[in-house]
Amino acid sequence: MKVTVDQEKCVSSGQCVMSAPDVFDQREEDGVAVVLTAQPPAGQEEDVRTAAAVCPALAITVVEE
Amino acid sequence: MTTSPTTAPTAEFPLPRAAGCPFDPPPRLRELQDEAPLARVRLWDGSTPWLVTRYADQRTLLADPRLSSDVTRPGYPAAAPRRDTGGNSIGFILMDDPEHARLRRMVTAPFAIRRVEAMRPAVQRIVDEQIDAMLAGPQPADLVEAFALPVPSLVICELLGVPYADHDFFQENSRSLVRRTTSAQERSASFEALHEYLDDLISRKLAQPQDDLLSELAARVPRGELSRGDAAGIGVLLLVAGHETTANMIALGTLALLDHPDQLAVLRDGDDPKAAARAVEELLRYLNITHGGRRRVALADIEIAGQVIRAGEGVIMANDIGNRDPEAFPDPDRLDLGRDARRHVAFGFGVHQCLGQPLARLELQVVYGTLYRRVPTLRVAADRDSLRFKHDGVIYGVYELPVSW
Repeated sequence: MKVTVDQEKCVSSGQCVMSAPDVFDQREEDGVAVVLTAQPPAGQEEDVRTAAAVCPALAITVVEE
Repeated sequence: MTTSPTTAPTAEFPLPRAAGCPFDPPPRLRELQDEAPLARVRLWDGSTPWLVTRYADQRTLLADPRLSSDVTRPGYPAAAPRRDTGGNSIGFILMDDPEHARLRRMVTAPFAIRRVEAMRPAVQRIVDEQIDAMLAGPQPADLVEAFALPVPSLVICELLGVPYADHDFFQENSRSLVRRTTSAQERSASFEALHEYLDDLISRKLAQPQDDLLSELAARVPRGELSRGDAAGIGVLLLVAGHETTANMIALGTLALLDHPDQLAVLRDGDDPKAAARAVEELLRYLNITHGGRRRVALADIEIAGQVIRAGEGVIMANDIGNRDPEAFPDPDRLDLGRDARRHVAFGFGVHQCLGQPLARLELQVVYGTLYRRVPTLRVAADRDSLRFKHDGVIYGVYELPVSW
């Protein structure tokens, strides 16, 4: 699995951090999402899919490999 | 002008709930969801916007930039006569990008998940103190006045740096702003009073900065990032939004749990933060207190669910019934604290999704995770028929909830 965030689209909701805190974080200055691990380790894929589904800005892209 | 059968309004909106079912959306909404997922409804002013009742359509539309939140555009389906803003900013929730994004981004950092999470001990202290105070007082107590309103009020005051001593003033004006029966003039007066109050606080924070959100906001004014009026306007928005929403979720959520003792037991007999977090999502889904729907106006023709929404037409996403869509949530009318309800649209969806949701979640997690454990004998101390629900409110809830223990 490979995950990316479009920071231009991101609205800093933090939903991704709530869903998958080991994979996403937020920039300190404006809360925009950052990806910590672009290839989430096994066991966290479902959390990442949830993060993508709940992102209100549809800013998260998940590519299943 | 002729009206084709497909565009004739099928119902007045808002619709009435069924008697004796205070937690369920109006039954007519379920019928529309089954039969006409995009239907014309008639509003108080005679306008006939579209009502969208299915979860998937609501998410699609709320994420579509061709739908505008700009309340000043012709065709916007207003819930009430628009107030005169007296030249002051109407707030970014009723604006479109890029101006909406610019202003919203001024306050996204304080609502980042890890910063909000750092407030957990403070929120826990506030909740514990309010429970202590309620338990020390007379029975029955009104849970709304004794607990549900003070908790979010104290929390938002702490976050913003607003003196809680002024709470009578800003609670009454917040209440007036979300009451559907408030006249446009009264609403203007409440907004003006709050705007003036926040403007004065911004001055004080500029002179003497403290470690709070208003000081952070005030510091942007001399740097030229934010106008003085916009800073006060954002302050008003956060103060008001931080009150009635969470307060109603606390009181109505408690009533719903007392009506579902097997579900209440999950929180009362356990001490699992994950279970409390799941419970919050399910109660947000189940109660969906923003019962007026998310409102937009189309900027272009949009095809959806076999219909075409024309440019200039109003659209209302009824997220209360969206959260009861069986396609999205199996057995949707059952309150089930064990389900994964995180995909609900109680906070809306798209770029306007509730900014304060991490704080609301934190407060509700602490409240639901604490109140019933500390007061296991909590019960309603009133005749059920005497409870008054906020059918007339922008935010749904219960006006008073007499409880004993």
